[in-house]
Amino acid sequence: MLSLYARRRLINNFNLTIALLTMVFGLFWLVWILWTLVAQGFHGLSLAMFTQMTPPPGSNGGLLNAIAGSFVMTMIAALIGTPIGILAGTYLAEFGQRGWLAPITRFVNDILLSAPSIVIGLFVYEVYVASVGHFSGWAGSLALALIVIPVVVRTTENMLRLVPNSLREAAAALGAPQWKVIMLVTLRASTTGILTGILLAVARISGETAPLLFTALNNQFWSSNMNQPMANLPVVIFQFAMSPYEDWQRLAWAGALLITFMVLILNILARIVFRQKTPSH
Amino acid sequence: MNEITNPKIILKDLNFHYGSYHALKSVNLSIPEKKVTAFIGPSGCGKSTLLRTFNRMYELYPKQKATGEIILDGENILDAQQDLNRLRAKVGMVFQKPTPFPMSIFDNITFGVKLYESLSKRDMADRVEWALRKAALWNEVKDKLKQNGTSLSGGQQQRLCIARAIAVKPEVVLLDEPASALDPISTAHIEELIHELKKDYTIIIVTHNMQQAARVSDYTAYMYLGELIEFGNTDMIFTTPKKTATEDYITGKFG
Amino acid sequence: MSKLFPDTRLKRQHLLDLAFLNITRLFAFLVFAILAGIVVTLLIGSLPSIKAFGFGFLFSPEWNPVTDQFGALVPIIGTLATSVIALLIGIPASFGIALFITEMSPRWLKRPLGIAVELLAGIPSIIYGMWGLFVFAPDFAKIEPWLTDHLGNAALIGPLFQGPPMGIGMLTAGLILAIMVIPFIASVMRDVFEIVPPLLKESAYGLGATTWEVVWHVVLPYTKIGVVGGIMLGLGRALGETMAVTFVIGNAHELSASLLMPGNSISSALANEFTEAVGPLYTSALIELGLILFLITFIVLSLSKLLLMQLSKREGKQS
Repeated sequence: MLSLYARRRLINNFNLTIALLTMVFGLFWLVWILWTLVAQGFHGLSLAMFTQMTPPPGSNGGLLNAIAGSFVMTMIAALIGTPIGILAGTYLAEFGQRGWLAPITRFVNDILLSAPSIVIGLFVYEVYVASVGHFSGWAGSLALALIVIPVVVRTTENMLRLVPNSLREAAAALGAPQWKVIMLVTLRASTTGILTGILLAVARISGETAPLLFTALNNQFWSSNMNQPMANLPVVIFQFAMSPYEDWQRLAWAGALLITFMVLILNILARIVFRQKTPSH
Repeated sequence: MNEITNPKIILKDLNFHYGSYHALKSVNLSIPEKKVTAFIGPSGCGKSTLLRTFNRMYELYPKQKATGEIILDGENILDAQQDLNRLRAKVGMVFQKPTPFPMSIFDNITFGVKLYESLSKRDMADRVEWALRKAALWNEVKDKLKQNGTSLSGGQQQRLCIARAIAVKPEVVLLDEPASALDPISTAHIEELIHELKKDYTIIIVTHNMQQAARVSDYTAYMYLGELIEFGNTDMIFTTPKKTATEDYITGKFG
Repeated sequence: MSKLFPDTRLKRQHLLDLAFLNITRLFAFLVFAILAGIVVTLLIGSLPSIKAFGFGFLFSPEWNPVTDQFGALVPIIGTLATSVIALLIGIPASFGIALFITEMSPRWLKRPLGIAVELLAGIPSIIYGMWGLFVFAPDFAKIEPWLTDHLGNAALIGPLFQGPPMGIGMLTAGLILAIMVIPFIASVMRDVFEIVPPLLKESAYGLGATTWEVVWHVVLPYTKIGVVGGIMLGLGRALGETMAVTFVIGNAHELSASLLMPGNSISSALANEFTEAVGPLYTSALIELGLILFLITFIVLSLSKLLLMQLSKREGKQS
């Protein structure tokens, strides 16, 4: 018979060992995935990747059109989504104490934040692609913007709420109208926080594949026309990886390495920006 | 008990509610022009609430309501027609904790000025210097006006906030425990400043520090549980209070 | 006074204030309108399918584009089953990771471990899919016979583990989803564990409690609202995840008791078939699948919100 104390210690040690093992378990997958990426993607990396278009199977090529397309669509999505998100988030934080709209919008925004991204793609397909009759870069940007909006709304509201009320009072006490208090003082005090949110949103959409499948689709060639189907890295990776051609698969792995690298850089950048937040607030 | 001959502000039957909580109960009071008036009393007595009715700061929050009359220069500021921004430009306020805006020292001062005056660049620079000198901060910051206001020390930040409040040339300055977050040396700075400022401004200060009230104020109001218990000349309040409640609080017998 | 503050200027400020309020309100309303738009659009798109199949759509395993017969049972089961597997593995693993980082890890290791967890969260889902299909599945196929041997004859859960060792299938999809939800749940758990007041933990340690007892009896009850929130976040991600699942689930519209068999999930059916669907009824059935997926996440999130509200209300009463 174990004494009560010995049994408690045994349970403790056993459970803590399990915790240690779960930590190893988690790290194991991270290392395995990153290792796979480097091992498979590295020999596909070449200058041609950044200078040549996606090739037909069996010939050499790069990912230039896909990289450019992803860049353009991500930027446009951020440009559309950010102001909308900031303004809506401002409403929730600054005018949200009264009325029915704010609590409902807050709830709805949480739903959108976790809405399956493929459903967003489906929505944009139905309202935009189906009515104009073809896939396009605009549709892709729109779908990505719909993913950016809830992220920015959430961070804007949270960051504005961190601004102490005394700062609002101090600005109001000088006779400043509310819009100036918000634009010049409270939003300004939350700039770094909101910027972090935007960077995280951009990081998220630059890896998104599902919403682009039904909107931007893909394009074998260089496309600078936003009204045409537009090449983009995630969908190219998807199609090339699923293809039976070895050279396509090699490009897919190289693209996968590139996109993961980009997303991780953006995440780290967001963290650095956030840490620079002045500690006085 | 009111021997005030030149009142700047007159309160008539002022009541205040936070939702259903009755925070100020029928306060009647006259505040003299270009003097320092202190509100003292235990925490929760309503002294800060009373202060925040003078610029209607409570309007930022739902469910807070003041009734009665606050007459400033013959005009009832509780009137629904009263323009809040105009009122607040005339009644400045400095808060318990320093509240520098996230911008340069220079821009902190000009923020309020720009709202109501269009000054030339030259005049604006003069105004900034004037305000900073008034707040006894000029010598310390004149070489770093472009620096962020948040980079100053706590005491300097608070003087920056005072400079910012007087830069718009208000007529009344409200001080809500302006030294409670500061060290003794900074506190002494602020108290000297209050002495200086009363030449030009009507000053109302809320403080929980009775020595401070005795040092800086000309008139003192003692409040308790939302009621004005006693008001009068500071010397008189501190030496020969008429009410025993006041005396108990002053002499520390309170509670 | 009137010279200093010209009335026109004040009036303009009031107009600007009003304009500002209404502009922000408009955009807040836009967020609301987007959600309403999604629901209405999907509902309209689903109408032909709803008319043709009615409620039977939810319970029919049939999915035949040739005969235009469609039912959602297989993908619904696939979505739910893979998400349940993900949570069954993900919740304990996340708890262990959060416990390790907050209570056991040496100080210098906390930050790197936290960053590692967030790296895992940052990897795009398509990468999980590729890795799952080309690297994980072939290796997993070697383990599957062992699972069949040891669990295949067990009572109740036996049938779940019978079948050919193909590497892809529902179990593989669920496992990869588990890896994907771990960083989400673990980082929320870590964050809420860290805000437990040290005094509270110290009082328990002071009574002679072991680390495990402190975490299980003090930290976990104290943070249960945050923990539930983190789990719901993970569930939301698992339900809607598309690319990772599409690569490894097998995309077979067949009902099978075994988790080793290929299946389908709502999102991967959409990803694979939507652009190639011919005929209005086929498209409409796929849109109805999207609507169902959206409603499932909507219901899960609403329920979790309600649960969180209940929990925090009860906490409020206690204190």
